[in-house]
Amino acid sequence: MLLRVLVRAGVLLASLAVSSVVVFGFLAALPGDPARVALGVNATEESVATLRTEFGLDRPLRTQYVDWVGGMLTGDPGRSYVSKAEIGPQLADRMQVTLWLVAAATVIAVLIALPAGTLMAVRHGKLSGLVLAGLSQLGVAVPAFLAGILLITLFAVRLRWLPSGGWTPPVEDPVMFLRQLTLPALALGLVQGAVLTRYVRSAVIDVLREDYLRTARAKGLTPERALWRHGLRNAMVPVVTVLGLQLATLLIGAVVVERVFVVPGMGKLLLDAVANRDLLLVQAVVMVLVVAVLVVNFVVDLLYTVLDPRLRHG
Amino acid sequence: MTTPVSAVLTVDGLTVHVGSTTLVDDVDLQIRGGERVGLIGESGSGKTLTALGILGLLPEGLVANGRVHLAGVDHDLVGASERQLAQVRGRHLAMVFQEPMTALNPSMRVGAQVAEALTIHGNQTERAARRAAVELLGQVRLPDPAALARAYPHQLSGGQRQRVVLAIALANDPALLICDEPSTALDVTVQAQVLDLVVAGVEARAAALLFITHDLAVVATVCERVLVMYGGRVVEAGTVHDVLTAPRHPYTRGLLAASDLDRTDERGRLVTIAGSVPPAGRFPAGCVFRNRCPRATVGCEEVPPWTGPDRDAGFACFHPHGPGA
Amino acid sequence: MVDRPLRGPATVVDHRDVARRRVNPSLVAGTLLVALVVAVALVSFVWTPYAPSRVDPSSRLLDLSAEHLLGTDKFGRDVASQIMVGARTTIFVGVIAVGVAAVFGVPLGVLAAMGPRWLGQLVMRTSDLVLAFPALLLAIMFGAVYGASTLTAMIAIGIATIPSFARITRAATLQVLSREYVLAARVAGRRRLAIALRHVLPNVSSLVIVQVSVSFAIAVLAEAALSFLGLGTPLTTPSWGRMLQESQELLSVAPRLAVVPGIAIAIAVLGFNLLGDGLRDRYDPKLERAS
Repeated sequence: MLLRVLVRAGVLLASLAVSSVVVFGFLAALPGDPARVALGVNATEESVATLRTEFGLDRPLRTQYVDWVGGMLTGDPGRSYVSKAEIGPQLADRMQVTLWLVAAATVIAVLIALPAGTLMAVRHGKLSGLVLAGLSQLGVAVPAFLAGILLITLFAVRLRWLPSGGWTPPVEDPVMFLRQLTLPALALGLVQGAVLTRYVRSAVIDVLREDYLRTARAKGLTPERALWRHGLRNAMVPVVTVLGLQLATLLIGAVVVERVFVVPGMGKLLLDAVANRDLLLVQAVVMVLVVAVLVVNFVVDLLYTVLDPRLRHG
Repeated sequence: MTTPVSAVLTVDGLTVHVGSTTLVDDVDLQIRGGERVGLIGESGSGKTLTALGILGLLPEGLVANGRVHLAGVDHDLVGASERQLAQVRGRHLAMVFQEPMTALNPSMRVGAQVAEALTIHGNQTERAARRAAVELLGQVRLPDPAALARAYPHQLSGGQRQRVVLAIALANDPALLICDEPSTALDVTVQAQVLDLVVAGVEARAAALLFITHDLAVVATVCERVLVMYGGRVVEAGTVHDVLTAPRHPYTRGLLAASDLDRTDERGRLVTIAGSVPPAGRFPAGCVFRNRCPRATVGCEEVPPWTGPDRDAGFACFHPHGPGA
Repeated sequence: MVDRPLRGPATVVDHRDVARRRVNPSLVAGTLLVALVVAVALVSFVWTPYAPSRVDPSSRLLDLSAEHLLGTDKFGRDVASQIMVGARTTIFVGVIAVGVAAVFGVPLGVLAAMGPRWLGQLVMRTSDLVLAFPALLLAIMFGAVYGASTLTAMIAIGIATIPSFARITRAATLQVLSREYVLAARVAGRRRLAIALRHVLPNVSSLVIVQVSVSFAIAVLAEAALSFLGLGTPLTTPSWGRMLQESQELLSVAPRLAVVPGIAIAIAVLGFNLLGDGLRDRYDPKLERAS
């Protein structure tokens, strides 16, 4: 098992390295000169050259890359070409916000998917199962930002129960924080919940077919108790995997949802950076997102080992 | 002269069908306390479905009719609610299935799975149940039961897993144990051990045994009485000695001849029964065997009545072989 | 990246023995919805109630009426016409994106399965990596470098979808390769390419079609999101996503401006999802389960 973990860790590191090259190389391929872009059309050659030296843009690409990676690893991704502000603190700030959003959305998604998916699996083929299946199909078809807009229309505009956006740090005003978090988290969570439900359903259906459930019933467990005690733990294994894989989608969903609800998270940071052609910032944010996804997938893989004893000794 | 022991299991007219297709037709059987009864048939004869029908564990879409009565249970098992059946299964009535590799929960330790059988029906504490589980594992002759109890199923071989399943089945001293081909999926060397354990287990508890198999040799060693099934019907029944030495029904005869590997026909080939087993629902009307029977006549288009004093012995055939080999 | 499949790919059904199956509701519903969207897009080339970009200040923010079936927006443009032309964008982007993905992904998958082992591993690892960059992120990166346009959107979505096609094709190819008639062909000395073309592709095609449908749904969602963010189709091309974005400031006044394109997006995505599910049901007999 240790070998397996080490191999996976090795793959993770390799992926991180390759991703960093891709991200860096991509943005380095930009036609045009970041310094010139930053200074604008009327910049003089001199000022451009000075800026270039200041940002180290006159050095060979390889050196720039190494410096950048070094910076990222030590927590100092440098300064934005455009705003001249330190990127590090910005990332940290925004990261928190996005994390809250993503965490809340995941909780909502799981709370929806586990019961709904199990119910759908157990009522497979019956009317209630079909109705639920239809609902989940609908949920999957609605993108998160659409859900967000509809939620705003209903809860913020019509009913005026909740604010339509904004952000307050939880320490400042917990109530406001929760109120502002609700709709965006719901928008993300409902959609993710619909997607997750289908996986839960599929996993539970598979488990229901397994022989050991029959053994459990032959022991004297009612179908419900058999499913609860024996089935769900095994059904969770593929579900956890999916949760991890879905993180990428969730993060991206967060990017768009943050725009809808004007939440100052990573998504907004990224989009603003793109709009301002602030390449170093874009680079940093993208890298952080990619690292997050790769690391989470790695963790999920480890979790898999915990949940499925067959992998511990295999 | 033995005193008649009261019946542990009485099955009356058990039928299993899916939609309009009948898979098991009018099966009667009776098992007394401590008896070991075999149910022989090929695949597709309905023997497994009969067992599942008794337990109420039929797959989705299959329906059982008839009456099944188990000693110690005051209601009919057929049509009983899930709650009622859950009380019966694992306690008065237990079953060991054919496929040991997938019978156990892969993410639960073996000892816990045995202990669960105890805690479901008894009011033992967890600790007491766990200790009892280790003992049960010892009874099925698993090596180092205390350590094995902490193992996961994938760490055990097929034979070991089947013993665990047996331990689970016998945990609450059921009055009747049903085994469906318990050793078929195992290596030949292990088969005999498992069979020994099954017999030892039921003997130690004075439990009755319903042993389902296609293997005539196994039935001969394990059981006292036997029923022969074909096409969802019981076609012959009797003591092992009678049925296997002097079968009356042409199918039973064919079965015996086919399993005699020393016997060849006039062309030097091994004996088989002509034709092949039809798929479920496609058995001929009337006598289910008539499309393969060398003795069939027009009269066989009627369902042959049961000939015999009771369902323990007799046959259903218009043209049986005479008594005596 | 976890490489254990959730439940294995759908079993590849031998194209020579797909039995006539009862048509299932997903397939019917999906086909109808997709046909609806495609039909609307096609009709829009020939006719729309009004020119979609026709600005009419006197008819701003009108509600549903006989003249304007779905009302007008803040510039007085007819919403129904915009929806119709928006359908074009949706279909177009989907076709190109999925086309790119399939054209590169399928051969890659076949190669990964039939070629040398290291190649297969390389393709799969790279796929895993690309999958860590969701389509949207890639599109945003493209947008940052090359500026936002329909083309960058399509290419970004296409590239992001290649791994899905590669994986499913590879898995399906591996299954087909283990079938007896392929083994027979190899023993008979048929060249790899011939085997690929004659045996593998026809059997793999059913699964690829399912993937096409599923990926199309994802492409529609991605395009809508990109347009919503202003990174997709330019302002002159109507797009459902952008209609949604423009509607946001007017939610208190005219929520239907959000609801209408929203429903359009949902219908398109639902349609392709149902179609994909229906096709999958058709080609993946439940009796035969991948172990």
